[in-house]
Amino acid sequence: MDDEKLVIGGETFGARLILGTGGATSLEVLEASLVASGAEMATVALRRIDPTSQGSLLGVLRRAGVRLLPNTAGCFTARDAVLTAQLAREAFETDWIKLEVIGDDKTLLPDAVELLDAAEQLVDAGFVVLAYTNDDPILARRLQTLGCAAVMPLGSPIGSGAGIRNPYNVAIIAEQASVPVVLDAGIGTASDAALAMELGCDAVLLATSVTRAREPVLMAEAMRRGVEAGWLARRAGRIPRRRYAEASTPSEGIAEWG
Amino acid sequence: MKVVVNGEARALHDASTVAELASALDAGPSGVAVAVNDEVIARSAWTTTALHEGDRVEVLGAMQGG
Repeated sequence: MDDEKLVIGGETFGARLILGTGGATSLEVLEASLVASGAEMATVALRRIDPTSQGSLLGVLRRAGVRLLPNTAGCFTARDAVLTAQLAREAFETDWIKLEVIGDDKTLLPDAVELLDAAEQLVDAGFVVLAYTNDDPILARRLQTLGCAAVMPLGSPIGSGAGIRNPYNVAIIAEQASVPVVLDAGIGTASDAALAMELGCDAVLLATSVTRAREPVLMAEAMRRGVEAGWLARRAGRIPRRRYAEASTPSEGIAEWG
Repeated sequence: MKVVVNGEARALHDASTVAELASALDAGPSGVAVAVNDEVIARSAWTTTALHEGDRVEVLGAMQGG
């Protein structure tokens, strides 16, 4: 998918960086990070309302003009994820859902069986499903076949900052996909984001690497540029890797001495 | 009557509706969703949905999350 713009679920996005909002130390920092990132879509979670909470996350997201992408974070079963998606649709008036169905608290890795079940139910119910998935090309293909609007393989576990542990699989997923592939989870720094794009991903979704950076706003800018650089580099086409040197200066016309 | 709201017991007058509870919780005009006994209650049905003794109510809103 080498078109200029990113299209997910029939919607066009100029930016290929999607920002997760988890972990920001304040709404002010989040707002500034959103602006610096250039993101046009941001995730939001659904939790019990807290009457004592200060400020409005939704207000910040609306001011930033980003599309809301509710998630099903914390769901361990298809049943919980579907219920959460239905509630998110009520709360945020969007059919879009970042589907996360995790297997355990320690790894936060997707539970493939529950994920497929939930994806099928949500697609049937008319949701635009962006599925957070393992870096497994077969599972990614199954999700695509079920009708997911995007598949979002992890680079490494959520919040780990460990980068892209299996670049070969991510490249295979991107090569096979007929829907956008969004590298989601594990990005640690801007070079990881660039690598995701060079591997063939259509976009990058990240949160922790920005929100928990020492300077979140600066990192948001770095991520924007990293994604753009990777995207440009992929379109430009990298040179092949060689074992030996290949002189860039011609040897013809070289002076002879003595 | 007593219901459980977001995991905590809460006394309500009989025949309270979801809309009355939402209003008591300062739940805004948007950005909030309600489930009663694991069933999603559409916003359009809040005023007509009565709560009953022992109902488990979840009132959810936006929170930061990836």
